[in-house]
Amino acid sequence: MDVYLDNNSTTKIDPIIEEKYCHNTKFFGNVNSIYEKGSQTRRLLEKAYDLIYPALGAEDEDDIIITSSTTEGNNAVIKTFLYNYLNGSGKKHIITTIAEHSSIKAPCAFAKTFGMEVTYLYTDENGRIDIQELENSIRGDTALISVLFASNESGAIQPIKEISKIAKKHKIPFHCDGAQAIGKQRINLKELGVDYFTFSAHKFHGPKGIGGLYIKKGAPFVNLIHGGNQMGGKRGGSIYTNGIAAMAEAIKLANENLDYMHYNISKLRDKLEEAILEIPDTKSYVDKKYRLPNTVVASFRGIEGESMLWDLNVNGIYAATGSSCSSERLEGSEVLESLGEDPEIAHTGIIFSLSRFSKEQEIDYVIDKLPLIVKRLRDISMTYAKTKP
Amino acid sequence: MARNDLITGNVWEQYSNKVIERMNSPKFLGEFSEEDAKKRDAKLVVADFGSEACGDAVRLYWLVDTKTDKIIDARFKSFGCGTAIASSDMMTELTLGKTVDEAMKITNLDVEKALRDKPDTPAFPPQKMHCSVMAYDVIIEAGAKYKGVDANQIKNSEIVCECARVTRKEIEDIIKEHNVKTVEELQQYTDAGTYCKSCVKPGGHEERSVYLVDIIEETNKKIKQGEILSKIVTNVFDDMTLLNKIKSIEKVLKEKVSYILEADGGSVELMDVKEVEDNEVEVLIEYKGACSTCNAAVLTLYMIEETLKKELETDKIRVVQI
Repeated sequence: MDVYLDNNSTTKIDPIIEEKYCHNTKFFGNVNSIYEKGSQTRRLLEKAYDLIYPALGAEDEDDIIITSSTTEGNNAVIKTFLYNYLNGSGKKHIITTIAEHSSIKAPCAFAKTFGMEVTYLYTDENGRIDIQELENSIRGDTALISVLFASNESGAIQPIKEISKIAKKHKIPFHCDGAQAIGKQRINLKELGVDYFTFSAHKFHGPKGIGGLYIKKGAPFVNLIHGGNQMGGKRGGSIYTNGIAAMAEAIKLANENLDYMHYNISKLRDKLEEAILEIPDTKSYVDKKYRLPNTVVASFRGIEGESMLWDLNVNGIYAATGSSCSSERLEGSEVLESLGEDPEIAHTGIIFSLSRFSKEQEIDYVIDKLPLIVKRLRDISMTYAKTKP
Repeated sequence: MARNDLITGNVWEQYSNKVIERMNSPKFLGEFSEEDAKKRDAKLVVADFGSEACGDAVRLYWLVDTKTDKIIDARFKSFGCGTAIASSDMMTELTLGKTVDEAMKITNLDVEKALRDKPDTPAFPPQKMHCSVMAYDVIIEAGAKYKGVDANQIKNSEIVCECARVTRKEIEDIIKEHNVKTVEELQQYTDAGTYCKSCVKPGGHEERSVYLVDIIEETNKKIKQGEILSKIVTNVFDDMTLLNKIKSIEKVLKEKVSYILEADGGSVELMDVKEVEDNEVEVLIEYKGACSTCNAAVLTLYMIEETLKKELETDKIRVVQI
């Protein structure tokens, strides 16, 4: 059996979307042209936007620029404030968190090389930042607050509405990296009160290579990609039309399946979590009320994370130790350490993330296999050896 | 390298079959107790290396025949990834049947070679090489324990790259011989820093006491200082600085010329030394005493020039009377 439990990393394309995606590749005409071939494509885009705006609770006066990924959107936001700083805005300070993805941390590191300053807020044992600490970090020259909606690693959801209130009070633009949001929580951008919001379709059963950047009316924006007048001149480059149509459909389906995610899938998640906790010397992290409904983060004392992935893989089970974007470095330990875990346990963390396509028999299969895998690996482990030096 | 860098490599795909087999079913997994040792009339040695907090640790068990120092049986336990477990298993096997001294000569490079399917294809990707290093370290720990000495004294503290086991001296020699200025140039001549890359510069997988970038910088600084110093202390007259040329000329005049002239009641004074074209030196002298009126002064001038040329082993000297 193949059980895919790395859905916070990426997801499979929903078969309904796959069919529409393939069908829509027929519409290849340039949207900017005035003949019928162009109009066909334009209608496809208009229909997509008709789905996207209400699904995310955006106002027509706001922009939702189509991008290639969350990473592109995150870069565009951070670099907007870098360009403004370089143009003499006097605002050199960014507040963000240690839980961010590299697509926030790397542009911030880049901005620092030009003299900007970055405050990284720490998270507590539930993976959440302290609102008071956030407010205390605000300075006269703070240009931007950027906090992710939820972590792909710990599954911890941040108090976005409260952060919005503080950002508004101090009149500081607020960006939320929403890569883990759509399909797991209902998103109403107006209610959330964010100025920027970024997302990728492949996180909610859409295709890879397509994403979005929401810019609230009046929020500063400098182009990352200059080119033609596509996206109102805010992002050049020929438009990935069938990708946009597929993403719109994916958002719609994600919203329609939210209840299923919150009841059925989270129940399956709970079943897996309880089974893990029945194995001795295991632990799960982040209180469920602050955690994504599809995620379990667990540690298995004495079993190094990568060796656990190995045995899971042998059994056709796919999970993660940390961000897949940094798997070459294989440092999964930082996730659990940021949740306050001891270094000896931190290297034993595994992230299981379900999707709306996860089936009960798949979870039952994992529940059957896990104790056997844990036994084999603990037999190898020196943690459980009887004779010590 | 560029094209291969564009897509992140999957480390597991680069494992040899031997690594995979030993990860899936290690052959020498297990442990020995004092009773096991007693039963087999052997000394039990248990040694640890690494720590779970660092993500990699191994424990090695030996049963050693104290009469022959031979390792009659060996087992291991490990906390780590597939490479760490497979390396520990192979390392344990390699120590089997050897004397403790022989076993202590085994390095991680031997372990990696033994895990290869084909002689020229590495058993695992470069960034995993550091997982095999603890296989070497734990043998040293066990050997030191058996001998009752401090493991740190046995280890080659001059090793800069633990993965490829390259010493500081080897690196410095390459830098000097090939006039190396960058890490990329260095790696044309050595595997140092090509595996886990921790020793290349700060910020890698592991923190190190010295990095290749520092050694390259320091060695080049030394080479430069050495060049200046060698000019000062050189014995070759033509390569000397002007100051040292003057000193050398003065010395020859004083020791080899003056006493001859003094015998005739004369003397010679060095007035100036000039570097002229073609690295030639013009020595300006003035006769004093009897010499100043001597008819043979021209011959004397010739004698002085020949003496200087002979003593200083150069033909780049011309003596001129003023």
